[in-house]
Amino acid sequence: MSPTTPMSEMSEMTMFTAPAPLPVEPPSGCPFDPPAAFAALRTTQPISKISLPDGSWAWLVTRYADIRTILGDTRFSSDTTVHGYPLSGMTGGPSTRNRGFIRMDPPEHTRLRRMVTREFMVKRVEALRPEIQRITEELCDAMERAEGRTQGGVDLVQALALPVPSLVISLLLGVPYEDHDLFQGLTGTLLSRTVPDDEREAARAELRDYLDRLVTAKEADPGDDILGRLIVEQQRTGELTLPQALNSVRAEGTPIDVAAFAALLLIAGHETTANMISLSALTLMRDPATAEKLRQEPALIRGAVEELLRFHSIIRNGPRRAATADVEVDGHLIRAGEGVVVAVPSGNRDESVFADADRLDVCRPNAQHHVAFGYGIHQCLGQALARVELQVVLGTLLRRFPAMRPAVPVEEIPFRTDMSIYGCHALPVTW
Amino acid sequence: MKITLDADKCCAAGQCVLIAPEVFDQRDEDGVVVLLDAAPPAAQHDAVREAAAICPATVIEVHA
Repeated sequence: MSPTTPMSEMSEMTMFTAPAPLPVEPPSGCPFDPPAAFAALRTTQPISKISLPDGSWAWLVTRYADIRTILGDTRFSSDTTVHGYPLSGMTGGPSTRNRGFIRMDPPEHTRLRRMVTREFMVKRVEALRPEIQRITEELCDAMERAEGRTQGGVDLVQALALPVPSLVISLLLGVPYEDHDLFQGLTGTLLSRTVPDDEREAARAELRDYLDRLVTAKEADPGDDILGRLIVEQQRTGELTLPQALNSVRAEGTPIDVAAFAALLLIAGHETTANMISLSALTLMRDPATAEKLRQEPALIRGAVEELLRFHSIIRNGPRRAATADVEVDGHLIRAGEGVVVAVPSGNRDESVFADADRLDVCRPNAQHHVAFGYGIHQCLGQALARVELQVVLGTLLRRFPAMRPAVPVEEIPFRTDMSIYGCHALPVTW
Repeated sequence: MKITLDADKCCAAGQCVLIAPEVFDQRDEDGVVVLLDAAPPAAQHDAVREAAAICPATVIEVHA
């Protein structure tokens, strides 16, 4: 712009500039706080426009009540093939092929989700608690023997935070844990916000190939695991001659895509919990009074995990929806065909719901009202598993490593502002 | 207090079971909510209201 441009013209031009992108950077020096812009938006412009990487735009929703309204209303579609769905820059890449059920609406979503809900229900997960505890103790034993403790620190992400949920989800799904370097690496690319879409698509295709080969190999001997049971279900519905009535039901539904199930559950099953573990462990290392309180009263850990989920809100890029009808939300009209991006970290710091919301209070009475697992029919399928993993790992760390502390100044910890799921790329600790 | 469910809407998140395990359970085949006590004693009322408020699919209806 020329330095002689008159002020009136400048302000007019400003009015037509593209909206800002989704805020992702935490405030300087406050790695545990959501982007500062959210607090102002909640007050002044709770539903505002953001630009997406391809130059399109979507509505950004920052208030708790509006987030629940939108995620609870099926007129806001999760189907990524629906007109206006905000695909650009979305978590996991914009491809609409081989969709998992989180990218579908009822009745397909309901039918497919219910094939795996039993696997993650509270009593099934509680039955896994001893096994999760055993895995955690073994990894802690190895950490105690690690030489890194006195040589710059042990990376808690690689030593504990990532292996626990990776081992558990591999075991549940029937994916060989020996392949963890492969699937962890591909998941990392899929969840990056900074790699180009085509690179993410390549990672998606490679993960799909790997899982296709795995599913094909398992078809002969399905095994007593989630993928095995899905393969049996697929064989049952796909190969038997069904009575006419059942056939017509099947004709309405998409065939069961076992590899798409596997990709969804594998990705969702380890990165999320891993990042919650490292962020939560770091928070407790920096808050010795709270750590001591939890050590003295382990019964408080359940509530503490809810509060840590609220406080950290690691999902930093959606969820997203497309409006399929004109819908007014809190006086704001969202038109059919417009995209919506929900700011989970903002909703969970909304002062109208959570008093003194920026403070971590492990005894907060309404902590479980958080939307860290989303809200509505797509709310996290694996939430009971995530809760138990967090309770076990954090409880065990507090008990076995009371003196654990970061081995580097907090400014040197590489936080994941480049990822759809917030956390630490590495967390060097000593004790 | 009287509780009714619209179980068709249930997405089996299981939050009600965590909050009020004496009132809610999940059925074995698909994790969909099951009511153990449709008229729970007063000691359970706060937990039931909390479960209804948190349920992501608004399945639980509480009648005074």
